[in-house]
Amino acid sequence: MSQIIIITILTLAGIGTVAAVILYFVAQKFKVYEDPRIDLVEEALPAANCGGCGFAGCRNFAENLVKSENWDNLYCPVGGNETMARVAGILGREAVEQAPRVAVVRCYGTPEHHPRTTRYEGAHTCAIAHSLYTGEGSCPHGCLGLGDCVESCNFDAIHMNPETGLPEVIDEKCTACGACVEACPRDIIELRKKNKKDRKIFVSCINEEKGAVAKKNCAVACIGCSKCFKVCPYDAITMNNNLAFIDSDKCKLCRKCVTECPTNAIHEINFPPRKTEVTRKAEAEETN
Amino acid sequence: MKLKTFARGGVHPPENKISAGKPIQVLPPPPEVIIPVSQHLGAPSTVVVSRGDKVKTGQVIARSEGFVSTNIHSSVTGKVMKIDQFMDSSGYRRMAVQIQAEDDEWMDEIDLSEDLVKHTVLSPEDIRKKILQAGIVGLGGATFPTHVKLTVPRGKKAEWLVINGVECEPYLTADHSLMMEQGEELVTGIRIMMKGLEVDQAIIGIENNKPDAIRRMQELTEGLPIKVQGLKVKYPQGGEKQLIQALFKREVPPGGLPVDVGVVVFNVGTVFAVYEAVQKNKPLIDRVVTVTGKSLSDPSNFRVRIGTPVSLLVDKAGGLPEDTAKVVNGGPMMGKALSTLDVPVVKGTSGIVLIREPEAHRKEVLPCIRCTRCVGVCPMGLEPYLLMSLAEKNLFEQLEQERILDCIECGSCSYICPSSRPLLDYVRFGKAEVGKMIRARKAV
Amino acid sequence: MITNISPMKKLVVSPSPHEFTGESVSRLMYGVIISLLPALGVSVFYFGLGMIIITSVSILSCFLFEYLIQKYIMKVRPTHLDGSAIITGLLLAFCLPANLPFWMVIIGALAAVGIGKLTFGGLGNNIFNPALVGRVFLFISFPVAMTSWPEPGQWFQYTDAVTGATPLGMLKEASGTAPAAEVLTQVPSTINLFLGKMKGSAGEVSALALLIGMIYMLYRRIITWHIPVSILVTVFLFTGILWMANPERFADPVFHLLTGGLMLGAIYMATDYVTSPMTKKGMLIYGAGIGIVTVLIRLFGAYPEGVQFAILIFNGFTPLLNKYLKPVRFGKEVVHG
Repeated sequence: MSQIIIITILTLAGIGTVAAVILYFVAQKFKVYEDPRIDLVEEALPAANCGGCGFAGCRNFAENLVKSENWDNLYCPVGGNETMARVAGILGREAVEQAPRVAVVRCYGTPEHHPRTTRYEGAHTCAIAHSLYTGEGSCPHGCLGLGDCVESCNFDAIHMNPETGLPEVIDEKCTACGACVEACPRDIIELRKKNKKDRKIFVSCINEEKGAVAKKNCAVACIGCSKCFKVCPYDAITMNNNLAFIDSDKCKLCRKCVTECPTNAIHEINFPPRKTEVTRKAEAEETN
Repeated sequence: MKLKTFARGGVHPPENKISAGKPIQVLPPPPEVIIPVSQHLGAPSTVVVSRGDKVKTGQVIARSEGFVSTNIHSSVTGKVMKIDQFMDSSGYRRMAVQIQAEDDEWMDEIDLSEDLVKHTVLSPEDIRKKILQAGIVGLGGATFPTHVKLTVPRGKKAEWLVINGVECEPYLTADHSLMMEQGEELVTGIRIMMKGLEVDQAIIGIENNKPDAIRRMQELTEGLPIKVQGLKVKYPQGGEKQLIQALFKREVPPGGLPVDVGVVVFNVGTVFAVYEAVQKNKPLIDRVVTVTGKSLSDPSNFRVRIGTPVSLLVDKAGGLPEDTAKVVNGGPMMGKALSTLDVPVVKGTSGIVLIREPEAHRKEVLPCIRCTRCVGVCPMGLEPYLLMSLAEKNLFEQLEQERILDCIECGSCSYICPSSRPLLDYVRFGKAEVGKMIRARKAV
Repeated sequence: MITNISPMKKLVVSPSPHEFTGESVSRLMYGVIISLLPALGVSVFYFGLGMIIITSVSILSCFLFEYLIQKYIMKVRPTHLDGSAIITGLLLAFCLPANLPFWMVIIGALAAVGIGKLTFGGLGNNIFNPALVGRVFLFISFPVAMTSWPEPGQWFQYTDAVTGATPLGMLKEASGTAPAAEVLTQVPSTINLFLGKMKGSAGEVSALALLIGMIYMLYRRIITWHIPVSILVTVFLFTGILWMANPERFADPVFHLLTGGLMLGAIYMATDYVTSPMTKKGMLIYGAGIGIVTVLIRLFGAYPEGVQFAILIFNGFTPLLNKYLKPVRFGKEVVHG
C-alpha cells in the first residue's frame, strides 16, 4: 500500500518538475518583447473595454498611446481629462484635454405628440424596424423606442421610459463613449458638451421634412421657421434642411431660443423655473 | 404530363386561391393618380413634366436615367398637380407625380382596338428599344427593367426563354386569369420576346393547381417551339432559381444570373405588357392586380391604372372588412405590409391581400429548439437558425462565409418555425450589413 | 410596446412572411408525451405502484424545479408550461428502477433540470440530454440502488419489491465465467423481451410499446427516421458480426436490440432536438457513433449497459458535427440536364 503511494508521489512529482522546466525554457525562447510602459498605461486606464476610444479594448488603446507620436485623435471618454493627464505623466508627454461630453437624445415624439397609427410586430430591434418603414408613427426620423441604444450601453446609463417610449440618459453614469450614437439607426442621439449642473439646451428634433409635413407628423417637431436662428445673440444656431441645430460649444445657455420656438422643439434641462408675470407679482406683494 | 419540381426545401402554405376564375374587371381611371418616379430596380427616372402641365394617357412623364432604368408614363389624362414626396408602399415618402384626372384621351400612336396582332417585323434591337420606351419592368414583383434583361451580356449565351406562369404565392390569381383570358396575346408576346432575346425555344412553367391554364396554353402553343411544363405545387416554385432548377436541373451559381446557365425568365404579366407595347404601341400604364382576403365580400382580379390608390381597389372589392388587421402589398409570403391604404398601385403591385384579426398577429418568440425544420425547408441550402443567431451578435464576416447573400428571402424558414422566431427579419438585416461591409472593403 | 391613445383601429405592420404554419413548441412537446403513453401503460402494468410513484414524483419535481429555479434564482419568466419539463420528468422516470426511493428521484430531477438544462441557459441551450444527465448523476451517486431492478408483476410493492439483475446485467456478470449461450438460457425468452416482461428500468422494458410510440412520432413528423434507425442498425450489425464470429462468447443481435435502454435511448433520448445534429448526414453519423460506443461498453466495458454514456458522449460531438457538416448549398455545382 505505502509503496504504491510513494511511487505515485514520486512519479507525479517527477512529471511536474520536468513539465515546469520545459515550460520555463519554452517561455523564455518564445517570449515577445513588449514595451513595459504599455502595462503601466493600461493600469491607468479605466478597464471598461467599451471601445469608446475607437480601439479594441483598453490594452489596444494603451499600445497605441505608447506607439503614436500624434495624440490628436487619442482620447478616453470614460476616464476623461484626469486619466489622460495620468497617462501623459507616465509617458512624460503633454496631456490631451477635451471638454467633457454627454449623450443627448434629440427626439421628443411621445405618443401624445407623435400619434401612433400602426402596430409593429416584427423583430424587436430598431435596426430592423427602421429598414421596414417609418415606425409606428409617421415621422421617418422619430425614435422607434425598441431599445437598440439601451442594449448597446456598457455603463447602464440609458434606459427606456415605458410611458413616453423614449430613451433617457442618466448624466452621472454616461461616459460619452458613443456606443448608443452608433447603435441608433436614425442618428437621434448626439454627444454634446457637458455643462455645469448638467444644464442643456438643444433642439429635440432631427427631422428634415418641410414645416407643414413635420408639424402634421409630430406636434413638437422643428418646422425650420428660423425664429431661434434670428434671436440667438451668439451665432450658435445654424439652419440646414428645414432643421435648426444648436452648436453646444458656442451656446452660452441664455435660453432666448427656447421661448422663441413656436412648437416647443427646443428643450432646456436643469434650469430653475422662469419668473412669469404671476410669480413676479406674487413676489412683489410678499416683499410689501 | 409528368410534373417536375425543385429538388431542395420548400413549404406548402394553404393555396387560398379564392379569386380564381373571376374574370378580369377593367377599372375606369380613378379621379387622381400618384405615380412614383422609382417603380423599378435601378436609377429613379427623371421627371420631364412640370406642375400645371396637361398630360394625356400614355404620355411620358419621367425618362430613363442610365442603362438600368426605364420610362414612366401617365396613366390618365389630366393636369399635373404636384411633384412632391408622397407615402408609398415602401413605408417612406418618395418622389412622385400627382395627376388629377379629367378625361381619358390616349396618345395618338396607341392602338386601342381589341384585334390580335400576330406578326412583327421588328429586329431584336428595335424590339428591345420599344420595350424600354414603353417603360416595361418585371411584373412578377422584382421590377427589373425588361429591356436590360433581354440584352444578353457579352460573353454569355441564352438558350432558353422561360415564362413564369407559376404564381406560387397563396391568394394571387392575376397570372392565372391572364393565361385564361389573354392566352393568344401571350403566345404572340412570347414569340416577340424569343426574337428579342434571339433564342429559338421557350418553355412556360405552370403549377398544377391551374390545370385549365396548362391545357389552354398547351392548345395555343401546338406546333410552336414553345413547350408547356406542369409543376408540382410547392412554394417557392416561382422563384426563378427554383424554376430553372425544376425545368432544367441547372443551378444558377451564387452571385450569378440565370443567363449564366443559358436561361432568361420572365413573368406572364411582363409578356402581356410586351405584346401591348410592341404590337399596340401601348406603354405600361396598367396591370392586373388580385384584391383578395378571407373576409372580403368580392375578391377579384382588376385591371388597374398605375397610380390608383389601394383604398379605391379595396372599395371596389366590397369595402374594407371590419376584422381586417393587416393589408399586404403582394402575396402573404413575400409581400410588404402597408401602414396605410392611401398608397398607389405601382408597376410591381401583383396583389393586395387583406389578413384578418387573429391570423395577422405574430406569436410570442420562443428560444430555438434546434428542431432542424428551417434547414429542411430552405430552398437555397442555408441554415436560418444559425444566420439569425450570428446576425443577433453582429458577426458579419461569419455571415458572409455562411453564404447569407444567397438567401432569396422567400420566408419559408419563418413560416415553418415552431418557436415563431423572426428568422427572415434578422437574415435581411444581416444581408444589408454584409452588403455594407463588402462595399466598404471594395472601396479600400 | 406603447399603448396608443388614439381610438382608431391600427394596422399591424411586420416584415414578411405574413403566414405561418400551425406547429408550435407546445404541440410538439405534447405530441412526444402522447407517444410515450403506451410505454407508460406497459410499465405501470408490469411494475405497478412503484412505477406510479416514481413517475409522478419525477414529473412533479422536474416541473416544480424548473418553475422555482427560473423564477427565483435566474429571475426570468418561467417556461415550465411548454411541456419540456414534463418530458424530462417522464423520460427520467423511464430509466430508473421502479423501486427507487422517492428522495433519490427528487435529487435526480434536480440534477436533470437544474444541472442538465438550466445551468446552460434553459430550453434550446443545453448540450447534454437533461434526463440522461439526471440518470447518470443518480447512477454514479447511488450505484447499488440504481442497479437493483424489480421483478415485473409486483403491483403493490414499492421499495420492498423483489429485485435482481437485468438480462444485460446477468450477461456482464457471467462474462468470463460462463459462455454467453448458457446465460442466455436463463434470461426471459425473446418474445418476453419484446413485450417487456423482464427486470429493468420502467421505460426500458417494452420494445413493442416504444416502437408504437416511434411510429406515432414519425406520423406526426415530430422526429425523422435517421437517428433511431442508424443507432439500431449499427448495433444490430456490430453485435451481429461479433456473434457470427464467436456465438459462444457473444449474445445474438436480437437480444442486444431488445434489452437494456437501447430502444428508449434510440427513440426518445438520442432524438432530443436540442442535443442532436442539425443535418441529415450529421444525424446518421451521430446514430452510428452511438451504436458503436454502446456495443463497445456493453461487450468490452465495465458496465452492463452503455447507451446512456454513448448518447452523452455524442451529445458532446453534436456542435462539431454541426460545424463541419453543412447542408449542400444551392448553386455549388452546376448540373446540366
